[in-house]
Amino acid sequence: MRNEASAPAAAPAAAPAAAPSRQQYGLWYQVKHSDMSVAMMFLLPSLLGFVLFYLWPALRGIWLSFTEFNLLRQTSTFIGLGNYQAMAADPLFWHSMRVTLLYVVINITIQTILALAIAVMMDRLTQSVVIRGIMVLPWLIPQVVVGLLWLWMLDPSLGIVNEFLQAIGIPAQPFLGSPDQVVPALAGINIWRHTGYTALLLFAGLQTIPGDLYEAAGVDGASEWNMFWRITMPLLRPVLALVLVITVVGSFQVFDVVHVATGGFGGTPGGPANASLVIYLYIFRQAFNFNNFGYAAAMATVLFLLLVGVAFIQMKLLRGSQSDLA
Amino acid sequence: MSLEQRTGSSRQQSLRPGRLAAWAVLIVLIALTLFPFYWILRTALSTNASLFTGDVGLLPPDATLVNFRRVLGLASPEEIAAAGGAGVTFDFWLYLRNSLIVSTLITIGQVTFCAMAAYAFARLRFPGRDALFYLFLSALMIPPVFILIPNFLFLNSLGLLDTFAAVVAPFIFMTPFTVFFLRQFFLGINTQVEEAAKLDGAGHVQLFTRIVVPIMAAPLSTAAILTFILSWNEYMWPLVVGQDPSVRVLTVALSLFRAGSPQAAPDWTGLMTATFLAAVPIIVLFLVLGRRVVDGIQFSGVK
Repeated sequence: MRNEASAPAAAPAAAPAAAPSRQQYGLWYQVKHSDMSVAMMFLLPSLLGFVLFYLWPALRGIWLSFTEFNLLRQTSTFIGLGNYQAMAADPLFWHSMRVTLLYVVINITIQTILALAIAVMMDRLTQSVVIRGIMVLPWLIPQVVVGLLWLWMLDPSLGIVNEFLQAIGIPAQPFLGSPDQVVPALAGINIWRHTGYTALLLFAGLQTIPGDLYEAAGVDGASEWNMFWRITMPLLRPVLALVLVITVVGSFQVFDVVHVATGGFGGTPGGPANASLVIYLYIFRQAFNFNNFGYAAAMATVLFLLLVGVAFIQMKLLRGSQSDLA
Repeated sequence: MSLEQRTGSSRQQSLRPGRLAAWAVLIVLIALTLFPFYWILRTALSTNASLFTGDVGLLPPDATLVNFRRVLGLASPEEIAAAGGAGVTFDFWLYLRNSLIVSTLITIGQVTFCAMAAYAFARLRFPGRDALFYLFLSALMIPPVFILIPNFLFLNSLGLLDTFAAVVAPFIFMTPFTVFFLRQFFLGINTQVEEAAKLDGAGHVQLFTRIVVPIMAAPLSTAAILTFILSWNEYMWPLVVGQDPSVRVLTVALSLFRAGSPQAAPDWTGLMTATFLAAVPIIVLFLVLGRRVVDGIQFSGVK
């Protein structure tokens, strides 16, 4: 298991490096004496998909953000920074950013601590692939299923969670039906869904820490607690940084569960009273309910830049690209 | 690697209570992970009437298969009326067919095309190779909602909304992750066999189909399983381009089922049965091939 997972890690060293002497020749010589024609054939389908559904829409998305798009006439009118000015003055945009941030903070804090604890426990107790499989199962099923499942379990009157709370003497809670509880409830749902997956990624990182470090520390009489802070944490840091970037950036993009589990039956997703209007949902609403494609594209552009910034700052702060192991 | 090997048995003795406590915590977490799966099944086996009785025993008070018969279209109109399925119809077989078509097409296309691309990036030499690879890779940073709008407008202008072509289009050619995932494996395999075949005069197409693909069977199937699961779970894109029943996938269908349910007396047991059935293919796939899935996810994390 361990070898399977870590073997490709050493692989890039074996990559066929271009012969240095090639640099001296012209481009045409390089093209003629390379695998250019074969490569084009192998790359054609994916290149087509990349250009049509990633590169071109990314560029068009930026362009759209400076326009007002008319869906019926299929025309876009350039309005400069109009959408961005509207965004700055739109209280719902700022509200949705605050809602999203609250969700991210609750979700990431609890999820990361819990996942780290689970990963360490699995690493120290068992190599069972069955246990790891169970842990990751909630992440594998559709988020729509997760959302509906918890919509039922958290139902204010019939849900099993309230039955349980009442059994131990706590009054029934409205959860998804309350403006104050809906965001923590959504974060809780995602913690159930995502913690096992995060734990699995961290577990894979723990497996790369040489066992004899713990052995030596054990001989020196170090406690489990000391080993965690002196060995595990420093050596896990690059993996932890990467996992945090993935989970934080992913968490900002919460959509599926909010879309199916909020607003109640027949209500508008994002409810009650926009209390769970996360940024993805607001962008979605502006685009597909109100046909404000230019405005939605502007918000999506801002979100894109924000996420790139968040990822960059996190990697800097956590020095994610450097390892202490070497 | 076991703890004994790591720390020696003398230390293990002193850790017994700690280990027991850790096991207890782990078992509680496993129970919390599994309980909702059990509860959804229990609800699916209950009658709508019994949900109001407050009976929350481990087994439903009057276990019944009527909800499964209803959702699978096997129940009589009288049964449906008696069960309280307030007029919301759920054409499970049609949506299952749609989900299977969409996920299968995406899996075959994406894995084939990404394997070809990964081979080119890992084995072939051509100018601009690494620059192109990093351009592909940078697309990992693009939030789906950012390209959702232009992609929707693009397929709308082609008149392709509510077709299978639109539902699979953004995923069938490639995703940056699958190219990256497979390239890592291609770089990791030994080139000796390929070199020998090259000396025997095999071209790159032959090398790829006769030698590389068979050697890479394991990672290719891992990529295929992950791709299938992710396309099965996809929600936002098909919600935007494929709401028509003829192409509606299960995730979208479930969401519309919920949106159409009456506030006063929602058909919880019907909804939970449909929800459970939508997860069944993934759970079955996972029971059969779980180890591969777990290894695949771990690998994606380490890299």
